[in-house]
Amino acid sequence: MPLELAEPIASKSDEKEYVWSLNFGPQHPATHTTLRIILKIDGERVVDAIPDIGFLHSGFEKLGEHLDYNQYVTITDRMNYISPLTNNIAWHHAVEKLLDIDVPPRCKYIRTILAELSRISDHLLCAGTAALDLGAFTAFLYAFHQREVLYDIFELVCGARFTTSYTRVGGLMYDVDGRFVQKVREFAQGFLKAHADVTTLLNRNRIFVDRTKGIGVLSNEDAINWSCSGPVARASGVTRDLRKDEPYLAYSDFDFKVCCCTDGDCYARYLVRMAEMLESLKIVQQAIENLPSGPINVDVGDRQVLPDKTGVYQTIEGLIQHFEVFMSNRGFPTPTDECYGAIDGPNGELGFYLVGDGSNVAYRARCRPPSYIHFAVFPMLIRGHQLSDVVAVLGSLNIIAAELDR
Amino acid sequence: MTLNHTLNKLEQKFGDQMLHVSHFRGDCKIICPLSHIIQLLMFLKDDCDFDMLVDITAVDYMEYPNARDRFGVIYALASTNTNVRLYVKVYVNEPNLALPSATSLWQGANWLEREVYDMFGIRFEGHPDLRRILLPEEFVAFPLRKDYPIRGRGERHNFPVLTRAES
Repeated sequence: MPLELAEPIASKSDEKEYVWSLNFGPQHPATHTTLRIILKIDGERVVDAIPDIGFLHSGFEKLGEHLDYNQYVTITDRMNYISPLTNNIAWHHAVEKLLDIDVPPRCKYIRTILAELSRISDHLLCAGTAALDLGAFTAFLYAFHQREVLYDIFELVCGARFTTSYTRVGGLMYDVDGRFVQKVREFAQGFLKAHADVTTLLNRNRIFVDRTKGIGVLSNEDAINWSCSGPVARASGVTRDLRKDEPYLAYSDFDFKVCCCTDGDCYARYLVRMAEMLESLKIVQQAIENLPSGPINVDVGDRQVLPDKTGVYQTIEGLIQHFEVFMSNRGFPTPTDECYGAIDGPNGELGFYLVGDGSNVAYRARCRPPSYIHFAVFPMLIRGHQLSDVVAVLGSLNIIAAELDR
Repeated sequence: MTLNHTLNKLEQKFGDQMLHVSHFRGDCKIICPLSHIIQLLMFLKDDCDFDMLVDITAVDYMEYPNARDRFGVIYALASTNTNVRLYVKVYVNEPNLALPSATSLWQGANWLEREVYDMFGIRFEGHPDLRRILLPEEFVAFPLRKDYPIRGRGERHNFPVLTRAES
């Protein structure tokens, strides 16, 4: 969209009010990534906002039609890169629904723990940078220190801090060991302190509250009508949470609450995220103390899962299975049908609509990206507010451009 | 309202010939003729409590085994009260790649329909702002169609170069 001055609009009086266009982004520190908003402003007041997205579009859904079900997990890392493990889990959750695989309990527990740790990591970033954009630098540092601890845990689990690619069809890349349990226990202690610090710094901080309360209000009806999900919808009083409503993985085993607010403003979204972190920690603590033993992958005899590397190098069955899965003319059969599998990601409902055509490459791999759906609401939320509120609303929606554009 | 209850209501309203219902892995999918899609979506929203549009997506069935239609557009619906999910599918074929827009029912359909248009070239009649959303406006192809190669048709090399003086 070419940037141009808007037409002067006639006001009620005979004087003409001039509305100016302001280009926000694509390279602006508060957009965090590359997205562009053309703001029509009248003085400091935002009259309208026109999002212009697609700068990071890299054809992930097209790639999904050329990479097999195991390979595509590397692409999901790059969607919402704030919580890559959640994307990995969401992808293979959908694939396993299509293939009708039920993963073993230990795998379910490990996936649940990692999904919740990712949620904490995502919410820490969101709360931290939302505060940073509004000038509260210290809270951001406390939040990021805890993310660093989480990255160490992810590195221990799968060898990568950022691009984890941890899940596989019917299981996981590696099993976890005692060090993981120890690290998660240590994190739980340190995190509670950091969470309390951030709460103390922000919850009653006059500047922060003034800049977020009553800003970008999303009503309950609008949240449902605009397809919102996750913390954005829960801050508007929509009690939908897939972990409770459609329990997947091991969520039905744990005791936790769904956190909601009714205000629907930026402050409510911040509060919901802060409260959700504590609930996530509760789930993690329950899961880590009750971690079942047993295999992490479905039985190799099912011919769908990748055998572990020890098996490949030391047993003939493992070696055969490895080739069966990897050779381009073999693979595993899939049903010629389609299904939608979704999990409750940190940003909202993260789902994949998969169409199988009998081969081990998806015929269509549609991702339902929560950021994309939430960004569509942005113009409605910002209309009538001040220019400086743009960053507050953007931060509270937690728009991740890589997931937005895919 | 349970899923069975909804299906019974649909049968009463539309008759058992028009809609084709199938189940797979616990997902219920309804295939609806193009002429009745808005009527069906409106009925589901207003009378069957499917208040949330979860997703709209499309599939190009050009190379799909035993497929007779070119494109399928899928509406994923959910109810926030009963947590029932339902998938409505409608087939569209060339040359008339158009179907009525659902933006009058759900605001959330706006960007979802724009993305389907951007990627597949399926037009939504009555959409307030049907422009490309992820790809640049100069782009002419529809990249998620099966006849579009994964490496593109050289668009990247032929983009108009804008110099500093012209900008």
